Amino acid sequence: MDPGVDNDQGLGGRRRWQLAALLSAPMLWLGVAYLGALAVLLVSAFWTVNGFTGEVVREFSLQNFRTIATEEVYRNVTLRSVGVAVAVTVICVVLALPMAFYMAKVASPRTRGWLVIAILTPLWASYLVKAYAWRVLLANDGPLDSVIGTPGYGLVAVVIVLTYLWLPYMILPIYAGLERLPDSLLEASADLGARGGRTFRGVVLPILIPSIFAGSIFTFSLSLGDYITVQIVGGKSQLIGNLVYANVGAANNLPFAAAIACVPVIIMVVYLTAVRRSGALEEL
Amino acid sequence: MSTHAIALSGLRKSFGPVEAVAGIDLEIADGEFFSMLGPSGSGKTTVLRMIAGFELPTAGTVSLSGRDVTKLPPYERDVNTVFQDYALFPHLNVIENVEYGLKVRKVARKERRTRAEAALDAVRLGHLKDRRPGAMSGGQRQRVALARALVNRPKVLLLDEPLGALDLKLREQMQVELKQIQRDVGITFVFVTHDQDEALTMSDRVAVFDAGRIAQVGTPEEVYDHPATSFVAGFVGTSNLLSGAAAEQLLGRAGTFSVRPEKITMTAGEPANGVVAEVIYAGPVTRFVVDLDAGARMVVVEQNRRTGTKSLSEMRGKRVRLTWQDEHVIEIGVNHAP
Repeated sequence: MDPGVDNDQGLGGRRRWQLAALLSAPMLWLGVAYLGALAVLLVSAFWTVNGFTGEVVREFSLQNFRTIATEEVYRNVTLRSVGVAVAVTVICVVLALPMAFYMAKVASPRTRGWLVIAILTPLWASYLVKAYAWRVLLANDGPLDSVIGTPGYGLVAVVIVLTYLWLPYMILPIYAGLERLPDSLLEASADLGARGGRTFRGVVLPILIPSIFAGSIFTFSLSLGDYITVQIVGGKSQLIGNLVYANVGAANNLPFAAAIACVPVIIMVVYLTAVRRSGALEEL
Repeated sequence: MSTHAIALSGLRKSFGPVEAVAGIDLEIADGEFFSMLGPSGSGKTTVLRMIAGFELPTAGTVSLSGRDVTKLPPYERDVNTVFQDYALFPHLNVIENVEYGLKVRKVARKERRTRAEAALDAVRLGHLKDRRPGAMSGGQRQRVALARALVNRPKVLLLDEPLGALDLKLREQMQVELKQIQRDVGITFVFVTHDQDEALTMSDRVAVFDAGRIAQVGTPEEVYDHPATSFVAGFVGTSNLLSGAAAEQLLGRAGTFSVRPEKITMTAGEPANGVVAEVIYAGPVTRFVVDLDAGARMVVVEQNRRTGTKSLSEMRGKRVRLTWQDEHVIEIGVNHAP
């Protein structure tokens, strides 16, 4: 066999060792640290805590899941969390589409460069600082209140702040998708008689669907798992993350916290499976 | 009002400091197959884009069938375009692509389908109507693009180097098909190309573009046999330019003259007037580059009727005699056409 064409199919012994050496560290990380932690989460979700001693009982039990499924408070918190994640995602799409379109198709290369910087820069600032900045903004008698009024601390504030935090993750994939969309497609649509809105609905949006889904994976999952923003600007409202936090800390019921943590994981798996069909995972 | 399908008057377009189109006046008749020929950067595509409405002229007007459309957007002009990269919608299948224009214009579903299928049959793609453009060859995509434009029955069809990406065989086949389709539908075709063969083969008239201006407009014969400038002579076909001292010595006249390579006879006879500098074998023909003693370099094309490659290579360095008939000497810039 010609060594020059020895590639994927015919890995020689030496090359196989090289490949193994190259991949061992990441595979170890993925296997132990990443999937291992998930496995521990999953297993401990089926354990319980002894009510008297507070010790973890390592026996298989569906008690935690039964509690989550039957008690109304958990159902409400789950629905509220999903609602917030959906709202954040939808608002992000609505804001990101025109922004990304302007960047990719209208702005001069110079302006485009500045806009990319403007979108990326907030990602370098600490999450906490940004959330507290919004707490100040949204406060009664705060800067926002004196100009247009403030919704006050609560779910609306949570949605606003989460949208602010995750918007770049929606703009960037849509921007990348639009960059790949040839201008000639827009011209062809106009040439065939379509006005701007029609071209957007008939050509741009369908082609961008995978990019939008790709962005939504970030905005949806990051919103679903968040528990800090809601503590800072959420007033009394609670999301899934807060329940996990409360059960790990105050209640000291790690198995129940693990069981609650499984809820967003399951929602995300369902979501990813649905989204995979659109080809969005290739866009990441 | 004029009955011209397209009338351009004083058309100019600048991109920043660059003047891509530097003043064009042109009238294209109804039903004409009109080619815009020129090297890249000569402004021919920009003119096409101004006719389609993708670019706004810096100055001048564009009229379609006597109506001034200079400021109208593309979707309000009765023209359709076949793009260089075809610009088929990747998320739609073939028939949906072809139907797009009809759907936008709210043609009823049934009529839409019938017309789209007829258009696809006309380009012999009726059997591939459910295919996605991504799964088609360049030639097939090109024909879908053609059907998508023609199905709207525009007054004018604009074609922007539509055959550029095809291989030679397919290109020659499509040249014949395009010409045939144009004759069948009887609408005006404006065809942009940098390929002189394409322009000469298909067109009723050709405009040769040079640096944002039209150097010459005429039938293929006029442009080829009576080039208005030395640029046209050089761009359309190979030209052998004779000027200055060489022209005086060989033709006894002052001026710039051109003799087409196929019009020159090369013999071994005396008195020799040049030496063969290069021999280029090209299958059916051989090109000889001959340096004339008078100080000009001429290209001679000979049919390979008898000659073999061996005897051809021996010609290099030989002294030869070039002769041509006086009627084949074209004086550049003088129109001999009746």
